Amino acid sequence: MSILCDKNTKLLVQGLGKMGIFHAKLSLEYGTQVVGGIAPGKGGTTLEGIPVFDTVREAKAATGANASVIFVPPPGAADAILEAADAELDLAVCITEGIPVVDMARAKAAMRGGKTRLLGPNCPGVVTPNQCRIGIMPAQITRPGPVGVVSRSGTLTYEAVDQLSRLGIGQSSCVGIGGDPVIGTNFVDALALFEADPATKAVVMIGEIGGSAEETAAEFIRTKMTKPVVAFIAGQNAPPGKRMGHAGAIIAGGKGRASDKMAALERAGVTVSLSPAEIGETLAKKVPGLAG
Amino acid sequence: MNVHEYQAKALLRRFGVAVPEGRLATTPAEAESAARALDSDVVVVKAQVHAGGRGKAGGIKLARSAAEAKTVASEILGMTLRSHQTGPEGKVVHKVYVEAGSDIARELYLAILLDRAEEKFAVIASTEGGMEIEEVAEKSPEKLLTVHVDPNAGLQPYQARRIGFWLGLDAAQVKKLETFLGGLYRLFVEKDASLVEINPLVVTQQGDLLALDAKLNFDDNALYRQSDVRDLRDPEEEDPREREAKEIDLAYVGLDGDIGCMVNGAGLAMATLDMIQVCGGKPANFLDAGGGADKEKVKEAFKLILRDANVKAILVNIFGGIVRCDLIADGVVAAAGELGVKVPLVVRLQGTNAAQGREILAKSGLNITPAETLREAGQKVVAAVKGS
Repeated sequence: MSILCDKNTKLLVQGLGKMGIFHAKLSLEYGTQVVGGIAPGKGGTTLEGIPVFDTVREAKAATGANASVIFVPPPGAADAILEAADAELDLAVCITEGIPVVDMARAKAAMRGGKTRLLGPNCPGVVTPNQCRIGIMPAQITRPGPVGVVSRSGTLTYEAVDQLSRLGIGQSSCVGIGGDPVIGTNFVDALALFEADPATKAVVMIGEIGGSAEETAAEFIRTKMTKPVVAFIAGQNAPPGKRMGHAGAIIAGGKGRASDKMAALERAGVTVSLSPAEIGETLAKKVPGLAG
Repeated sequence: MNVHEYQAKALLRRFGVAVPEGRLATTPAEAESAARALDSDVVVVKAQVHAGGRGKAGGIKLARSAAEAKTVASEILGMTLRSHQTGPEGKVVHKVYVEAGSDIARELYLAILLDRAEEKFAVIASTEGGMEIEEVAEKSPEKLLTVHVDPNAGLQPYQARRIGFWLGLDAAQVKKLETFLGGLYRLFVEKDASLVEINPLVVTQQGDLLALDAKLNFDDNALYRQSDVRDLRDPEEEDPREREAKEIDLAYVGLDGDIGCMVNGAGLAMATLDMIQVCGGKPANFLDAGGGADKEKVKEAFKLILRDANVKAILVNIFGGIVRCDLIADGVVAAAGELGVKVPLVVRLQGTNAAQGREILAKSGLNITPAETLREAGQKVVAAVKGS
């Protein structure tokens, strides 16, 4: 088992630019069923062996696709997300960084109550080791196993996954939820999925400064989760008022500090690693017997 | 992106939001003629810098004649304004805004922003105008009203009426607030603002509503479609290195330590700063080279880091996902060679094509310390600084 995607996932690629094609190929090589690409006006052709369609609806009808990965640049990204939602795919994963907040707030509101789960935007995607790779993660660092990983960051997710794998601890799924202020799947959604997934025995959660998603997650962990959680919060020394790369990573009006998030998580029984180099070791210590 | 008060008010006016008459001046003589043209018993001369707390810092002064406006302006222009928002170094005032005085009956507060937790826009109103809103929220939250707006439906007139009556306005003023708030909301969504704050919103003795002060922030992600907002950028208000980084599409924040950092990805970049501190060092900067980092970008990043004279060592920490480590290695070798990097260089490459990348570094003949893990990278760079 896993969350969000597995070997049965049939993936479409929206946005067949250089990056979309590069990562579609890597996903194919990893064994992911990449069944189609979307390039309006180029329907009927093929690219790297992948059939190309004009619309997501058409692609879904022809291939039975149930998921999509979006590489469309910011001006058209919200449109691409809504097209995936309109086609009622199970999952739309948006990699695009730099989508205006107004566009995302509207897209998210429009998707409420619909069938499609959105992951991202501004996220690295999701990998279920040895089964499915959606997005841009270097899947070779993952290995199958019992730990769910959920993170607001991209490369810091790889760091954590790499630490786990080096300790022999595999992952059920590795999920990047994205660093923007408005995202489709938040910590609580991902934690709930891991809690319900029989293959997941423990969870690593990686947060960062800005907003209050970690505090909300802490409340969820305290009241609803039975599985052990280890966390790291990036930006412990970030100056207030400065945007630290991610659009959502900013300490504003005294809110969003790492120290508050760490305290809230610790109160919820989460073990918080102070050093980003000790995320894996902290988990190994807290939950022995995960390696295998 | 931030703008000046005078720019904010010009935008507000365009969206039908009532603001006092005012003129910009860059010299005392200009301030004098501005005051004369305003035809008001009292004028207010306001320092134009990107920071709050201007009044307490002596950057806002009243004048009862054009001659006094000139005197007051000569005091403010050129002063170094220090408030809780400028940092200890303060900001030099190059411009003043001369504004007609208002007969104030009440001071209120209005703001529109994104409520991240609700994922909706929020209008925040308060009866405590002129105060720091964070302080009001903490000490007397009952004096704040938050009204959420569905981003697709937009602000409804009933919501404006609810806010108006809650603020204790009379029926005629509530009608005015509908127009006022409607304009604010249209500006917020049409100009991709991330914050519209009117503090204070004043009710005049005549019963009119006026935006006495205005603060606008804009969503950097949307500037590509807001060319008129982009044109309002004031380079003098920005950290020169942060400005330069923006121009070459790197996210950079200057810090006060001595270890320069180049990392791909914002989360890992923040964690790298944390790692350096855990190892007992102090980072000189945050730098996210981004997903599309290539040779040219790495070189530009190095230049930027090296411009900081405090930098005694550089840590490059790359975990390849989108970024290919071999390309980064090419960039590091080219940059270190061409720029003649003299400080110790610790490079950690992991992920996509990491092995090829490490080989490129090893074969370069340059004095580069490789590191395998994040901890090793942190320890080695801190040791390099302590040893130098």
